[in-house]
Amino acid sequence: MATMPPTPLDRLPPWLLPMLAGAALLLAQPLLTPYLQDLVLRIVVLAVFALSLELLIGTTGLVSLGHAAFYGIGAYATVMLSPADGPGSIVLLLPAAAGCAALYALFVGAFSLRTKGVYFIMVTLAFAQMAYFVFHDTKFGGGTDGIYLNFPPVLGDAAKPLLDGGDKPTLYRLAAGVLIATYALLAMLRRSRFGHALAGIRVNEQRMRAAGFPTTLYKLAAFVIGGALAGVAGFLVAVKDGVVNPELLSWHVSGEVMLVIILGGLGHLRGAVIGAVAFVLLKEALSNPALLGRAADHWQLTLGFTVIVFVALLPQGLIGVLQRTRS
Amino acid sequence: MDLATFAVQCLNAVQYGLLLFLVASGLTLIFGIMGVINLAHGSFYMIGAYMAFALSPLFGQNFILMLLCGTLLAAALGYILEWLFFSYLYQREHLQQVLMTWALILVFEELRSLLVGNDVHGVKAPDWLAGSIPLGDLMTYPVYRLFASAACIAIAIALWFVVQRTRLGMMIRAGASNRDMVRGLGIDITRLYRIVFAGGVALAALAGMIAAPMASVYPGMGGHVLIVSFVVVVIGGIGSIGGALVAALLVGFVDTFGKVFFAEYSGIGIYLLMAIILVWRPEGLTKRGA
Amino acid sequence: MTAVLRCEGLTRRFGGLTAVGDATLDFRLGEVHAVIGTNGAGKSTLINMLSGELPASAGRVLLDGHDITPWPQPKRARAGIGRSYQRTTVFGEFSVFENARLCAQASCPRPFAVWQGAMTCKDSGQAAREALAAAGLTEQAAQRTSTLSHGAKRQLEIAMCLATRPRVLLLDEPLAGMGAEETERMLALLKSLKPGHAIALVEHDMDAVFRIADRITVMVNGQVIASDAPQAIRANREVQVAYLGEQQ
Repeated sequence: MATMPPTPLDRLPPWLLPMLAGAALLLAQPLLTPYLQDLVLRIVVLAVFALSLELLIGTTGLVSLGHAAFYGIGAYATVMLSPADGPGSIVLLLPAAAGCAALYALFVGAFSLRTKGVYFIMVTLAFAQMAYFVFHDTKFGGGTDGIYLNFPPVLGDAAKPLLDGGDKPTLYRLAAGVLIATYALLAMLRRSRFGHALAGIRVNEQRMRAAGFPTTLYKLAAFVIGGALAGVAGFLVAVKDGVVNPELLSWHVSGEVMLVIILGGLGHLRGAVIGAVAFVLLKEALSNPALLGRAADHWQLTLGFTVIVFVALLPQGLIGVLQRTRS
Repeated sequence: MDLATFAVQCLNAVQYGLLLFLVASGLTLIFGIMGVINLAHGSFYMIGAYMAFALSPLFGQNFILMLLCGTLLAAALGYILEWLFFSYLYQREHLQQVLMTWALILVFEELRSLLVGNDVHGVKAPDWLAGSIPLGDLMTYPVYRLFASAACIAIAIALWFVVQRTRLGMMIRAGASNRDMVRGLGIDITRLYRIVFAGGVALAALAGMIAAPMASVYPGMGGHVLIVSFVVVVIGGIGSIGGALVAALLVGFVDTFGKVFFAEYSGIGIYLLMAIILVWRPEGLTKRGA
Repeated sequence: MTAVLRCEGLTRRFGGLTAVGDATLDFRLGEVHAVIGTNGAGKSTLINMLSGELPASAGRVLLDGHDITPWPQPKRARAGIGRSYQRTTVFGEFSVFENARLCAQASCPRPFAVWQGAMTCKDSGQAAREALAAAGLTEQAAQRTSTLSHGAKRQLEIAMCLATRPRVLLLDEPLAGMGAEETERMLALLKSLKPGHAIALVEHDMDAVFRIADRITVMVNGQVIASDAPQAIRANREVQVAYLGEQQ
């Protein structure tokens, strides 16, 4: 695509590697131990979440520091809209989660897109904190304890479901399918006129306005789509964990997902996925006493230093490292 | 609401607003002059509070001396931090600054955890500031809170004096409105930035020390103050100390009276305030958008 | 010839300073109307108010007789008011073709038809090819813009303006930083664009202005002091004083 710096893998058709990776992800499931399946599931959920932010930061240039709000709202919507006495329907809950997140994104976007630069960063953070407070302080979402999802959602009849969200292998395949669909959707978006316009807005918004683009409308559309996809990731995490709590909306989560896309490489869809893999593995490694002994207890310290060094030395992310070693 | 209760809430609002002003003024200066968005600013507030916890047994009743000592320590910390870390952030994009200062928060939190643990602590106000004074027939008001407000006002006046009446202040004002011009005037930018940064850290830490006897000293206290300070800076306008004062007091009143009237939903009050102001002034109260 | 674009009493104040005071000007089809003046005379501010980037403090802007003063810039651009910038604003990371195509895309129907690839869009592709041909950049279409020479970038700046198929062209110092040969090429291009377009030209290169302009407006300190045919301007006492005084 004209908007991304060329990588050495450009000689292959662009959809080949992601398709192979997606196929490998699905096919690997029966071969993995339950622990590894859970690990991969964590990576997949984070990857969907990261992809939704990549649309905002990498494609459109909107540095949003409050993306966890949409993730958390998607998760809470899944739990709160599930019936109390039996499993809910995936067909209803997944779009509902995305829809609730999209609604809040519309509200936040309408106000925050009036600002630019560092104001935008601070305002998105503030609106996320507002949502956090609603779930943390009030009885609306069960307060600090959160709420349990008593029955994981299913596809089809409750007695004999086609897909049972409570069955771990099924959830794995569902999540993998969502990741593949999200990746494909974003790839299509980026090559469309809409996507090209977003890229133009990222590079020089004033020039786009001079050409006749109503840029605020485009940015709002991107913001809402990004929010909706974050809500989808929230749906997945709610079904995976069976419980939601206000920390899903915290600014720690917003910061982490931003780190993930920088880690992988900004401006590339596969950067979000690579970053998710790297981040989950890194966290696992740093908090593993077998690897780091006593330091594992204070893995946040190691993570903090690692991030500082990484961002300072490798601002292009892991994809940047790949580019440099090839050339 | 009777008059005495109203007076108490007003005093609380002013006191909270003034403390916020101390934290936000440092943040807005650092951003306005150096162009760095610093997520770790709330950590300096936390460091101040924990410093009060650590120093209070050593200084006993000499509270003011402890505040001064803590301020100097914080300023020294800020000076070193700017030299070792923040000076490398100035030329970087906002996104990288966000990530690196976010990582710094992790480092500070874990260091605090290693040095003093994760417990919640209290700091006792000195005896000569303990107790309450009567307000009307039924209400009383804690002396320490009055002291806190008075201290903040004194610091605000001192800050005004430095910024408006000294050469350093002149350079700061010039830098806040036009960074490149200041560089072009041949002023030692490196020293200026270091001093401004140290000052910002000192203000935030001082606020934390003053706040410590009023609320508990706990691990997450930096995070909340940070975000509220961001709201204050957005409302007031980046780089404007006067704007930060007005905004901080506004936030103080909205938050305090919000708790009185809206109980559990009061937490969202200041964000709605920010939203309303953004509709009218997207760059804060002190800047007119084009 | 009727005026396509007209401003009446257009004024812009910044606090106590009046950057543009009470400007009333016509821009007609088939004409190059140059706006000249010393630095700080208000020329760029005037252009910014005509394009919609800067709101006016007072006065009106009329397009084909309609009052478009409250219209934001994107709306004016879609109505046929295109502009080029003094500082080159090309998209460095994209190809030359993509630069023009993207600008042309602004008037494509169905912008949110996300299943269609941008590169297969016929309307914007056609408009881009025409604009690049007019600007003489067809051979460099596939090149990455950051690798172009300064003169070629200025040509692309014009091509991006043309890609939106405007009727009014607001050109802010298109000849800035150009050598003799590049200037000739640009002037030939502007001459070829005259039929069917109303061209507002802000320029410092006086030779070029007097060669190509059909009318010249002179601004000093935000005020229009003369607006007439080139020969009349050359003979105008006030203008001579304003310029000669500055040059000495």
